[in-house]
Order: sequence, then structure tokens, then C-alpha cells
Amino acid sequence: MTLEIDLRHSRLARVNPVAKLAAAGILSITLLLSIDPVSAGVTLVATLLLLPFAGLAARQLWLRMWPIALGALVASLATVLYGRPDGEIYVEWGILRISDGSIDLALSIFLRVLAIALPSVVLFATTDPTDLADGLAQILRLPARFVVVALAGLRLVGLLIDDWRELSLARRARGVADAGRLRRFAGQSFALFVLAIRRGTKLATAMEARGFDAAGPRTWARPSRLRWRDAGLVALAAAIAAASVLAAIAAGTWRFILGL
Amino acid sequence: MSGARVVACGWGWRHAGRRRWAVSDLDLDLQPGERVLLLGASGSGKSTLLRGLAGVLGDAEDGESAGDLTIDGMPPPAVRGRAGLVLQDPDAQVILARVGDDIAFAGENLGVPREEIWWRVDAAIEAVGLPFGRDHSTAQLSGGQKQRLALAGVLAMQPRLLLLDEPTANLDPEGAVSVRDAALRAAADTGATLVVVEHRVSLWAGHVDRVVVLGESGVLADGTVDEVFARHERSLTDAGVWVPGVPPGFARPSRSAAGPVLLRAVDLTVGRRAFGAKTPRVAASGVSRDIVAGRALAVTGANGAGKSTLALTVAGLLAPVEGVLAATDELRGGLGPSPASWRSRELLTRIGTVFQTPEHQLLTSRVRTELEVGPRTLRLDGEQTAARVEPLLERLRLTRLAAVNPFTLSGGEKRRLTVAAALATRPRVLVLDEPTYGQDARTWRELAALIDDVRAEGTAVVFVTHDRDLVEVLADDEIVLTGVAP
Repeated sequence: MTLEIDLRHSRLARVNPVAKLAAAGILSITLLLSIDPVSAGVTLVATLLLLPFAGLAARQLWLRMWPIALGALVASLATVLYGRPDGEIYVEWGILRISDGSIDLALSIFLRVLAIALPSVVLFATTDPTDLADGLAQILRLPARFVVVALAGLRLVGLLIDDWRELSLARRARGVADAGRLRRFAGQSFALFVLAIRRGTKLATAMEARGFDAAGPRTWARPSRLRWRDAGLVALAAAIAAASVLAAIAAGTWRFILGL
Repeated sequence: MSGARVVACGWGWRHAGRRRWAVSDLDLDLQPGERVLLLGASGSGKSTLLRGLAGVLGDAEDGESAGDLTIDGMPPPAVRGRAGLVLQDPDAQVILARVGDDIAFAGENLGVPREEIWWRVDAAIEAVGLPFGRDHSTAQLSGGQKQRLALAGVLAMQPRLLLLDEPTANLDPEGAVSVRDAALRAAADTGATLVVVEHRVSLWAGHVDRVVVLGESGVLADGTVDEVFARHERSLTDAGVWVPGVPPGFARPSRSAAGPVLLRAVDLTVGRRAFGAKTPRVAASGVSRDIVAGRALAVTGANGAGKSTLALTVAGLLAPVEGVLAATDELRGGLGPSPASWRSRELLTRIGTVFQTPEHQLLTSRVRTELEVGPRTLRLDGEQTAARVEPLLERLRLTRLAAVNPFTLSGGEKRRLTVAAALATRPRVLVLDEPTYGQDARTWRELAALIDDVRAEGTAVVFVTHDRDLVEVLADDEIVLTGVAP
């Protein structure tokens, strides 16, 4: 059981994770600078156009995207109803007001959340955590101890998913699965927490038994290097970001967030 | 390269926050290249000694030490990498996602140059006989393969002392032999000193030079295999050690008569849905069998043959993929025929389940309340609940532990507790997944006797196991699963 997407068919898998981090960062930060539908729309469309080249299975992507899409929808619906009124007002009922302004803002928020989330999900779902750790430690020079512990801990996530399912079945067997959903969830979460600590302790012993945290310098079995195709991905992200900003300025919709 | 010499001189260790010393006054001298089987009752400090030798016990914050423990004259933490430790739990030792990276981990930590690391990785894969390349996913390995991977990860350190802490306790017989042979071959090739802790003595007895038995304080017995077992057979058996040639110590009085049929499986296909998958992955198919009151049915087969999935389906926890699993009128008492459609509470008096990992099943913070969960859910009053709980506590030797937190119990105690918790609601069918997994001989005898008692009282018993001895003494019927082609 893993959280990663099957990467065998994705050309993105060969790009250095540090470059993907940079690309996702450029797109996200650019979109965070403004709230308008045009810049987010351009980024989203560009990403969708490039998506078929990434070689990912649609279902696997959808499984990771739908919670975010749902969240974006809820946020924008709330904005339609309660957003700051501006321009023509269509419905007014108590504090609930639907206006040109609130619709515009809702659309901006919806597109923006998707435009930030989609490239990030695509780039990270195609990243092997081991490669990311190598890149973070060797290229960005993050502390090895921190990176390796995080990486080893990540592998436990898969085990914890299995634990969660086993806990659900065990609770049914013990006769306590008929209780309210919320109460059941709380109890089971605590049980998972206890299991996680136990697994973590065992893993720490196994790591120490293999010389982890020994005195002396550490070496890296897998070199992590930046190549031309990594620069290409970053350049592509920068181009999309630039095009989004320029399109928004040209359309007159660019609203710098600090000026709002 | 040669083996390391191990010397303990009045050595002891007390874990922080504990009153009792885990090991005390230990004097021991192991010669380079010796192969040693380390025995002792649970709680005699075998694991602590191995962790001490591996240098992973920690510092003054983690506990207090006494006397000296040295490898080639040096304290273990000063020579990290000279001793390599393989632990019991296969899942707990996989560190990275790919086989090659996992084996390379130790070399990275010890600062071995990159080319040398990969040379060692390939040699280690070869040495333990894993049929995979470096890029194979570690998540897809069987238990025995995971343990051989752990061994390979340790061999890549080129250790001069190989420490194995019950490396085969959680494995099926074939897996256990493969791990043992890989370890013996590695020790022979490198000349490393080998120290093994293992309850199942017969697996190792013919392959070690020396047996050391730890007692309450220091060494209880030390000598060749024959000497030690001849002189200490009784005390070792009592301590839960599987002494070769001594039978498990439980013989079933007589075969049982059949009662009514409780569950009926007809051409049953079982499977589970992977996380995020649309359709379940079939684990076993074509199972047709009656589950009968007063009879014990063993479910056997290799790892991955679908034994646990079948058990969980029979227990009404998973829905069948195809075919029928139907409760007879005798069992369902007015409910629908499919156990998977019953409410959780309705299962209690009908089908009880004991899971492979006790931790998944524990619900409360006290042994007594753990046993009261079922009766309370059935809305029995205090008196009735006590009438069920007290005898169970007594019978499973848990009375003394009634106020203890279940998570702090030993493996054997936890297993007894989960069996007792399932019995507290008096189910007509009892399903057990690997009840003797990783248990010492003493707990084994108790569990076998208990399960047979329950069966003799008219309960239908279904148990999944790798353990041939258990099948021999308990089973009336057996289903051998062969798995499905992937």
C-alpha cells in the first residue's frame, strides 16, 4: 500500500525532485500574488494542456484531486453567497447577498485553488520520496538526519493505512462499530496514534542497528544532480507564470493581493 | 575477515524508569567465529543483551549500565557497524522503498564510499538469495523475504558479529528455513561470530556450536547443545523454550462428535479492496465447506494464499467477492443469512474473531475493562458481566494483571487477553488468525488447551495457521489454500 502513483510511464519521474519543487513553487507563489480569474485560468489551462504529456493515469490523479476540488467548490459557493458585494446585486436575503462582485471573487478563488493544487499534485505525485530526500539533502543541503527520518517515517504511512483498515474490522468484531460515526472515528484515531508511536519506536531501533546517527560523515548512495531537463521544467513553469501575469494585466483584471 | 570476540564482565542494564534490571551480573566470553544460540525465559534479558552488543541501547538517559561489555575489547557504541542486528518484526525493519536503497542504508550511515556501497549491496542480495534486483519494491516482499532483506542490510555493513533476535518467529516454516540458511551461509563465508535468540530451538540446534541460557541473574547454563539440553531439559521447557525432542505437551483427549452446521460456504471467492482500488483483489476462490459446532477447522497454505482473507470473510467482517457464505437458522436466529450484513453487536454472540496482531483489537486501558467491553455491549448487568469476566481472568492467568494496561503486556499475555475478550460474549463460532504466531512453548500449550476446551463445549472453531503441530493436535478438518494466480 503506497501513496505514490505508479511512475513507470511518467516522464516526470525522471526530473529531479528539487526542480519539481522549484516549478511548483514558482507557479504557486505567482498565483498567490493576485486574486483574479484570468491569471489562474491561464495557469490552469496551460497545466491541463501539458497534463497528457506527463503520462499519468486519470483515475490516480482524480483520487488525489477530488478532495481539493470539493474544497474549492465549497469555498467558492460560500463566497458567492457572502462575498463582499460589488456591482449589480441579484439576490439579497438577510446577510446573504449575491452580486457581480461576489460571483467574480468566487470564480477567482475556485480557479486559483485548482490552478495551485493541480500542478503541485501532479509534480509531487510523480516524485519518488527517496529521490526527493536525496535532492533535499544533497542539492539543497538540508540536514541529513532530518531528511532521512522524514523519509523513513513516510514509509510508515502505508503501514498506517493498513492499520486503519485492520482497526475498523477489529472494532466490528468487538461489537463496538455500531456507535456514532464521530465517536468511532475519535476512538479509532487514538488507537492509530498509539500504533504509530509503537511502529516509530521499532523503526528507530532498526535504523540505529544499521548505523544511523553514527559518528563521522555520511555518504549518499544515489547522487542527486540537476540536468538540462530539470532547467527545462523550471523554465516552463516560469513561462506559464509570466504568461498568466501578462494576460491578467492585459485583461485589466490583475489585482495585487497587498493592494486589495 | 574474521569474527569478533565478545566479552561481558559483570555487565548489566536497567532501562530508564524501571526498578528491575533487565540483565544483571552477566559474565560471558564468546570466541571469534563461534555460533551461539542464546536461550532464556521471556524477560531474562536476551533482547537487551543483543541490543547492548549492537550499540543501540542508548545513553545514560535511556538507562543505567553496570560492569563491562566489549566487542574486540571496545565498547559497542564505539564500533558501530562491527555488530549487525536483525530483529523479530519483518515490517518494522524495512526502512526504504526499494530493495537496493534499503540495503545501501547502513553503508551510507557509516560513510562507505558510493562505489563500494553498491558493490556491497549486490553481494548482500546474492548472499541472502533474494531473487530481485535493486529496484524491486520492498512493500511487495513476503515476511521471509523481508527478513532476508533485513539480513542483507546488516551484511552490507560487513559485520564481524551477527546478532539475530528471533528472526524467524513471525515466519512460515519455509520462510524460517530460508532465513536461517542465509544467516548460516553468511556467517560461514565471513567468519563472523553469530549469536541467535530463538524459541524454536530445533531450527537452530543442529547448526550452532554452543548454547547459552540466561537466567534471572547471569548465565544459567553454558555448553554444547547436547550437554545443555540433557541437563536442563525441564527448566528450559518450563521457561517456554521449545526443547528438541520434547513434544509440545498438549494432546487432545479425544476426537469430537459433530454438532449442527452453523455456517455454509459454497464456491466462495474472497478478496479485499486495496486502498483506492475499484474492485477487490481476489485472494482465494472455490472454497466450499461447512462450519460445524464442536469441530475445529484449520485453514493452512503458504504466505499470501488468502488464509487471513478467508478467515475475515467467514467471520462476517469482509463481504464475499463471489459465491455464498450463509449462516444456518441455528446460528442466525432471525437475522439475514449473510454475516457481513449483520450489525457489529449482532456478531458478538454469533462469531468471535481473534486477530493476528493483538494491538489492533485492544480498546481500553485496563485488562478487566477490555474483557467487559463485549458483555457491556450486550447490555448484561454488572453481576452477569462479572460472572463472565472473573472466570476468564482466572482461567487465562490474567487475574494478577486485571488492572494493567493491555498495551504493556507481553506478547503471550496479549494473545491470551484477546482470546479471552472474544470468549466473553460466548460466540457460537470462534475464528482465530495465527493464534500461536511468535509464541513460546508455554503460551502455545495454554492456547492449544484453551481452544480445544472451547471446541469441546460446542463452539465451532476456525483457525488460520502455519503451525503443523497445532494442526496435528487441534484440527478435525483442514482446508489447504493454494492461492490464485496473479
